[in-house]
Amino acid sequence: MSDTINTKKILTDPLVNNNPITLQVLGICSALAVTSQMSTSLIMAVALTAVTACSSAAISSIRNHIPGSIRIIVQMTIIASLVIVVDQVLKAFAYEISKQLSVFVGLIITNCIVMGRAEAFAMKNPPMASFIDGVGNGAGYSLILIIVAFFRELFGSGKLLGIEIFPLTKDGGWYEPNGLMLLPPSAFFIIGILIWTFRQWKPEQNEKADFKIMDISHGEGGHH
Amino acid sequence: MNEYLSLFIKAVFVENLALAFFLGMCTFLAVSKKISTAIGLGIAVMVVQVITVPVNNLVYHTLLKEDALSWLGITGVDLSFLVLLSCIGMIAALVQILEMILDKFFPALFHALGVFLPLITVNCAILGGSLFMIERDYDFTQSVVYGVGSGFGWALAITVMAGVREKLKYSDIPKGLEGLGITFISAGLMSLGFMAFSGIQL
Repeated sequence: MSDTINTKKILTDPLVNNNPITLQVLGICSALAVTSQMSTSLIMAVALTAVTACSSAAISSIRNHIPGSIRIIVQMTIIASLVIVVDQVLKAFAYEISKQLSVFVGLIITNCIVMGRAEAFAMKNPPMASFIDGVGNGAGYSLILIIVAFFRELFGSGKLLGIEIFPLTKDGGWYEPNGLMLLPPSAFFIIGILIWTFRQWKPEQNEKADFKIMDISHGEGGHH
Repeated sequence: MNEYLSLFIKAVFVENLALAFFLGMCTFLAVSKKISTAIGLGIAVMVVQVITVPVNNLVYHTLLKEDALSWLGITGVDLSFLVLLSCIGMIAALVQILEMILDKFFPALFHALGVFLPLITVNCAILGGSLFMIERDYDFTQSVVYGVGSGFGWALAITVMAGVREKLKYSDIPKGLEGLGITFISAGLMSLGFMAFSGIQL
């Protein structure tokens, strides 16, 4: 009972309350780069969730045998092997998309979410809980990725998953696509606004952030 | 010569690792609060990039590529699926060696850069640079130029970002957007500025 509550908390906490991207500032690199289309971001989300969950479970199951001084290398090797598996699977079954994702599948290795969860959670908890924690954090990452990709693809090319939603003017429709949405900067803006929305909705995230940035915006001002 | 110059300019401005490909973003956002630390980290990334990209290029072309082992008399072997593992292993090892060499022979430099070196192993800009080099099939000289250019581009981006953030602390930002939110938006504006280079054909 308390167990199920705990599992649920591990699983759902990273979605909004402790989201890896908007709150822990982890794994942003790929979140921005692959989001110009829904299809690539969905694949990326699934790939990252699988890697995080499996690597957390694997690392957690051998956590008592890893010497502290070389743990980073051990974690890296486990993660890199899993990423190679994912990469090969994608090349075999979704070649077009793996070409579009190019180096970003490989960059899951250095994605801080994977390392972060391994280091912060899997080294201290049993395999099952670590697996669920991995899935939860993967889901939190996926959520942001899909929201960003939704806006970028819809307003950038009038499509969702390649299906036309807004007919474009060049095909005789009414929608003039916003080219900026397909360019890198729009991803920064959308995530910035998402963070703003999240913090309006959950003001307690605000407090934490305020405290964290005290050293930058430390108040000679205090003019809020 | 011209070809290398254009590759360098492209790596610094047009295909800036931080602002056009978002690589090394975590460090980029976390360490860009002060100009001096940003410059230190930027130099460290540049040094590591200049070493790792060419070394990974050599490893790839002599060991991993399809039929690369033919100089050993072994043909028909394709180890290119090991690229990810070998790249990250190489980077981790080189960073470690660099740390030891600096500690032994250049203690002053070690004190300046030392704290940043462990951060660099997990910096996606480094791994990304090597993977781009492999994907675009650069030869050895090109990989040296690309290593210098991409490292310099990243260092430039983080230094400029730190400059912007140092000024940002004097501005009155809406609640909720403070800190991370406004940092993202200013990075977006900078990236927009760098987009201006993208039409340049060299």
